[in-house]
Amino acid sequence: MIQYLQNNSDTVLAALRQHLYLALVPVLLGFVIALPVGYLGVRFPWLYHPLVNTCGVLYSIPSLALFVFLPVVLGTKILSPLNIVVALTIYTVALLARTVADGLRSVDKLVNEAATAMGYRRLRRLVDVELPVALPVILAGLRVATVANISLVSVGALIGIGGLGQLFTRGFQLFYVEPIVVGIVLSVLLAGVADLVIVLVQRAVTPWARA
Amino acid sequence: MITFEDVVKIYPGGGTAVDHLSMELPTGKMTVLVGPSGCGKTTSLRMINRMVEPTSGRVLIDGQDVSGQDEALLRRGIGYVIQHAGLFPHRTVLDNVATVPMLLGRTRRQARAASLELLERVGLPAEFAKRYPAQLSGGQQQRVGVARALAADPPVMLMDEPFSAVDPVVRSQLHAEFLRLQQDLGKTIAMVTHDIDEAIKLGDYVAILRQGGVLAQFGTPQELLDHPADDFVASFVGRDRGLRSLSFDAAASVPVSPPGDDLVTDEAGRPVAWRTPSGERPIGGTFTKDDSLRVITDLAIMSPVGIAVRVGADGVCDGIVRHHDLVDYLIARRS
Repeated sequence: MIQYLQNNSDTVLAALRQHLYLALVPVLLGFVIALPVGYLGVRFPWLYHPLVNTCGVLYSIPSLALFVFLPVVLGTKILSPLNIVVALTIYTVALLARTVADGLRSVDKLVNEAATAMGYRRLRRLVDVELPVALPVILAGLRVATVANISLVSVGALIGIGGLGQLFTRGFQLFYVEPIVVGIVLSVLLAGVADLVIVLVQRAVTPWARA
Repeated sequence: MITFEDVVKIYPGGGTAVDHLSMELPTGKMTVLVGPSGCGKTTSLRMINRMVEPTSGRVLIDGQDVSGQDEALLRRGIGYVIQHAGLFPHRTVLDNVATVPMLLGRTRRQARAASLELLERVGLPAEFAKRYPAQLSGGQQQRVGVARALAADPPVMLMDEPFSAVDPVVRSQLHAEFLRLQQDLGKTIAMVTHDIDEAIKLGDYVAILRQGGVLAQFGTPQELLDHPADDFVASFVGRDRGLRSLSFDAAASVPVSPPGDDLVTDEAGRPVAWRTPSGERPIGGTFTKDDSLRVITDLAIMSPVGIAVRVGADGVCDGIVRHHDLVDYLIARRS
C-alpha cells in the first residue's frame, strides 16, 4: 500500500485535487442558487409544494444518467468536467433549496412579527434575522449535500472523470486492489474532514443554538 | 395622543374585526384595550403601527395620519412588546435590546451602552447582557422585551398581552415594576389584554370592546366599575364591582378617630396587638394615607374588634377607623 502510494503519489494527489474540486464547487454554486430559490418557496407559500416536489424529482434522477445526458443539453464534450459540476450542482440545489425553505419556515412567527414591528424592512429582516435563525437547519442540509457530493463524484469515473473514482476503475481494470483501497480510504477521509469543517463553522457562527 | 377616527376593518372573507371605532388614547397615559376574543383589540392595536391597514377611517398619532408615513420609519418610532417577548434567539440579550437603535443608524457601541443602562432599569443585572434568550426564564425574557421596546426612547408604546405568558407571581411582580417604570417615563401606551383585572390594575383608561369590534365603553377603571354603560360591560367587569371600585378611593379621605383602650402599642406608639375579652390578639395589619379604601375595608373586616389602624411613615398609630364609621362613610360616599 505504502509502496503504491510512493510510486503513484502524483496520480493520487491529482485525483484527490480533482475530487475536491468536482465535489466542492457544486456545493458552493448550489448553495448560492438554493438561497434565492428556497426563499421564493417561503415568500410565496403556494410555491412551496411545487418546489419540494421538483426537488424530489430532480434528486431521484440517477447520477450516471445525468452525466451522460448533460452533454446533449449543454453541448459540452462528454469528457468535460463541466458535466459533473453541473450535475452535482443540480443535486445540491435539489437538496438545499428545500432545506433553505424549511429553515426559513422554521423561524418562529413571533420572531418575524417582532422584527417587522421593530421597523425592519423585508430584505434586511431576511439577512439580519431570518437567515441567521434558520442557519442551523440550513447548515445541517449543507452537511448532507457536501457528503453526498463527495461520494457522487466517484461515479463520474465511469465516464472518465471522477477524481478518486478513477482509482477504482483503474484497480478493477488491472485486477489491482491497492488503488481501490486507497481510493475508498481517501473518499471516506475527505467526506469526514469536510463534514467536520462544516460542524466547526456551525459551532462558531451559531453559539446561540447551544444555549 | 393616538386617535381612532371611525375606523373599520373588514377582512377579506367577510369578518368585521373592527366596527366604526372612534376613541382617543391620551398622551402620557396607559390605555388598555380589553375584551373577549374576536373583539378586534389586537387588530386595533396593530393598526397603530400599520401591521394592519384599516378598511376605512383613520388612525392618527399626534394629529398625523399613520397611513401617510413610511412603515419601517413609523415602526422604529413606536415601541412594541408582545406575548412570549418574541426575542431574537440568535442575538444576545444586549443586542436584542440594541435592535432599534442599530436600525436607526447608531453605532454598535452607542447602542450597546444605552442598552446596558436599560437592562438595569427593567431589573436585569448586567451579567445577563451576554446571555442568549434561551438561557432566560419567561419573566426575564419579558423584561428584555420591555427593554427592547424602550431602547430608542419612543414616545408611543404598543403592548400585546405582554404579561400573559408568565405565572401569576411573576406577573404581579412585572405589573408593579412596569407601573413604576411608566410613572418615570410617561409614555403613551396602548396595551391589549383579555384579562379585565389586569386592565383595571394597569390602565389609566380602559376601552372595553365587544365581539365584532364595537367599543362598549371607554373610561377610567373607576368609571367602568361604578357606572358600567350596559349589561355587557357590567358582566365583563365582573362581580365584586363595588368592592373593587374601593381600590380607587384614597384612604386619606376617610375620617379617623383617636385610638381607644382596645389597641395595645409599644412605648413609641406603634400598634402591637388588640385587647379582646379572650386575651391579646395580633394586630394583623395597618394602613397609611396612601392606601385605598379597599385596604381599610379589608382591615376592618379582618380585625377581631372591627377596627382598622392608620399609621404614619414612622409606623406610629395616628388614628383608627371603626367598623360603623366606615359604613357611615361608604353610605355618604354613595350619595
